[in-house]
Amino acid sequence: MLGRSAWGIFWMARYLERAENTARLLDAGFRMALTRGNTVASDEWRSVLVTLGMDEFYTGDMSGPAITNWLLRGAGNSGSVLSMMEAARTNARMVRTAITREVWEVTNESWMQLQSLLAKPVKEADLGHVLDVIRRQATSVRGAMEGTMLRNDIFNFARIGTHLERADNTARILDVKYHVLLPSAAWVGSRLDNAQWEMVLRSVAGERAFRWLHAGALDPKGIAQFLILDGRFPRSLAYCLRKLTSNMEWLCRDYHQETAAYRMQKEACDKLSKTTITDIFEHGLHEFITEFLATNRLVADAIAADYRFTE
Amino acid sequence: MPSTTISSYDEMLDAEGNVRPAYAGYREWYEAQSPKWLEKQGKNAEDVFRRTGITFNVYGEDAGQERLIPFDMIPRIITADEWKKLSRGIDQRVRALNAFLHDLYHKREIVKAGKLPERLLAQNEAFLPEMVGFTPPGGVYTHIVGIDLVRTGPDDFMVLEDNARTPSGVSYMLENRETMMAMFPDLFTKVAVQPVSEYPRALARSLATCAPPAAQGSDRPVLAVLTPGIYNSAYYEHAFLADQMGAELVEAGDLRVVDGRVCMRTTRGWRAIDVLYRRVDDNFLDPLTYNPDSMLGVAGIMDVYRSGGITIANAPGTGIADDKAIYSFMPEIVEFYTGEKPILKNVPTWRCSEADALAYVLDHLPELVVKEVHGSGGYGMLIGPTSSKGEIAAFEKKLRANPDNYIAQPTLSLSTVPIFTKAGLAPRHVDLRPFVLVSPHGINITPGGLTRVALKKGSLVVNSSQGGGTKDSWVLAE
Repeated sequence: MLGRSAWGIFWMARYLERAENTARLLDAGFRMALTRGNTVASDEWRSVLVTLGMDEFYTGDMSGPAITNWLLRGAGNSGSVLSMMEAARTNARMVRTAITREVWEVTNESWMQLQSLLAKPVKEADLGHVLDVIRRQATSVRGAMEGTMLRNDIFNFARIGTHLERADNTARILDVKYHVLLPSAAWVGSRLDNAQWEMVLRSVAGERAFRWLHAGALDPKGIAQFLILDGRFPRSLAYCLRKLTSNMEWLCRDYHQETAAYRMQKEACDKLSKTTITDIFEHGLHEFITEFLATNRLVADAIAADYRFTE
Repeated sequence: MPSTTISSYDEMLDAEGNVRPAYAGYREWYEAQSPKWLEKQGKNAEDVFRRTGITFNVYGEDAGQERLIPFDMIPRIITADEWKKLSRGIDQRVRALNAFLHDLYHKREIVKAGKLPERLLAQNEAFLPEMVGFTPPGGVYTHIVGIDLVRTGPDDFMVLEDNARTPSGVSYMLENRETMMAMFPDLFTKVAVQPVSEYPRALARSLATCAPPAAQGSDRPVLAVLTPGIYNSAYYEHAFLADQMGAELVEAGDLRVVDGRVCMRTTRGWRAIDVLYRRVDDNFLDPLTYNPDSMLGVAGIMDVYRSGGITIANAPGTGIADDKAIYSFMPEIVEFYTGEKPILKNVPTWRCSEADALAYVLDHLPELVVKEVHGSGGYGMLIGPTSSKGEIAAFEKKLRANPDNYIAQPTLSLSTVPIFTKAGLAPRHVDLRPFVLVSPHGINITPGGLTRVALKKGSLVVNSSQGGGTKDSWVLAE
């Protein structure tokens, strides 16, 4: 396939995943605001921006609706859900000959629906519905890919995009919880702390799975372990790395060429599988995540070079 | 636009209001449908087009602005006999076009015979000196041709324009049929229509038979479609054709000359392309030879072409054959190369470069249609009968300043075909663009084509860029 097509499908998958994660984060922030009131919840709202790397936008007395609208449809915000869905759709158009008709149509339809839903500022009363639509659309696109695409290099490039992006998002969410949300270490284990952990779980759609595995208990270490090391949870770092490794291994086999990116990825995956949550906390969660994100970025760059995404 | 006063040939009804044979089967089916249901189906069709992304971009509007071409669900129907005659005429004309192109770039017999003035070529930007003395692989210049036809009477089809460089619209021909079959499956069991769906395969086959010397011996030449990119007005069509042919859809940034071949950058490395169906204009094809600022072409592709490393379809320099000044010589051209009388008529044309013709045109502007020699898509033209005095005066100035740039034709009474309106069927003017494939083995004409229809009552403008719509075009089975 064309390097540009591989690049297009990789980014299409990344944008879709990122748009979905932004909606999930907003949903978590929204829940917090509902239970705590907009003023008190401003820290939580701000944390949503920080997680997305957009804290420079924060002006200090920003209301929830202003932040949600900025993140959903802000004019000039290339990281808004609408911009990212448009970017995903533009990439899909570019690689139309590489994706199935169903994948194209559902992507195109999602974008059309969002365009009309987000034509005007979203009122608080409609936010739940809008976020719901975004999540469902993301699910539909994934479903169409899963159900109709040939399992070839095109599919693998899409999966690599999805899992790289997802790992990145989960790691950022964890990092923010540890370094932004808590006013001081004295709050650890407080009611506020627990509520925030619940938000973290919610934003990765993991609250039910976690409760189920841990009989309703909410402890930070347990949650961190769940999100980093539990290979059964599809948004955990361990799961994403394993998937990434197998997708990249598939490409190496199909192309009869073991790449530098694959070796790097394999090493990171093996290392994580030997790591315990105690190791991570001793090393420092923030340090661990910083290193994780850096490796992720290097792997992404190496893939782009190995498969000639651009010149 | 005000309505024209000329009475037109109605393709469905005769002067007494009786249904003509071509429409007999369809009308019977139509009468049995509920108008409400039909209206709903029309809306559904629009949703399908939008969801599928069958759109075109409009230049001059916001970047990325995409529009639907309005689709009308009443088919335009042509009988098998009418089509046979048309096909013969198209076949003859396309043979002549290719022979003409070969002659122009070689011996120029037609000029020597005094049938075509030398200066038409000398001043013509579409004539490419790089093609002189070179014969494209398979001897084919214009692999894909679209002949624009209008009808003015029962037996009068006239050629309005030859599109010999990069005719577009074939994806609409195919999607319109798909849509009709999805909406009205029972209709196709009642009326036997010749299929058009073979086109993409025929195109792939036709292009493959023109593989360059460098690909000789390979049983499956590598085929790619070159598009300017997603913001081009016909991007949907480029993607559609590449998809249907199983070819790569490439952009300039994917291509580079490597070891004397034009190659595309794939995830496995550089891969040579044998046949390139390019949808960019000559002028942008090779920044080393033509427009140096072009971002849409491949540096060095003309050298590769001339050394037998690639086939370019259509061949560079074919544009000279669909130039509007050349058009007026087509009857002579057809006769010169085929030795036969032209089967399809030309529209009478005044060449404003000639003093007598210019004088006549200036005197009769309110009756005439005046077009730019190099213009397309309904831009830069004057439709005398529907223009205001001010518009005519302004155009007259342009015409006097640069007469060589214009031709003029009488305002034709284009035939009408019914469209679906809330008030029932209503006649609207149409034209027809059949699609023709040329290979060393012969000429293949898909039975049908793209019917463009003016949606406003009385309007003669059918261009999609000017608000026209399209219809499915049927050629009945024998």
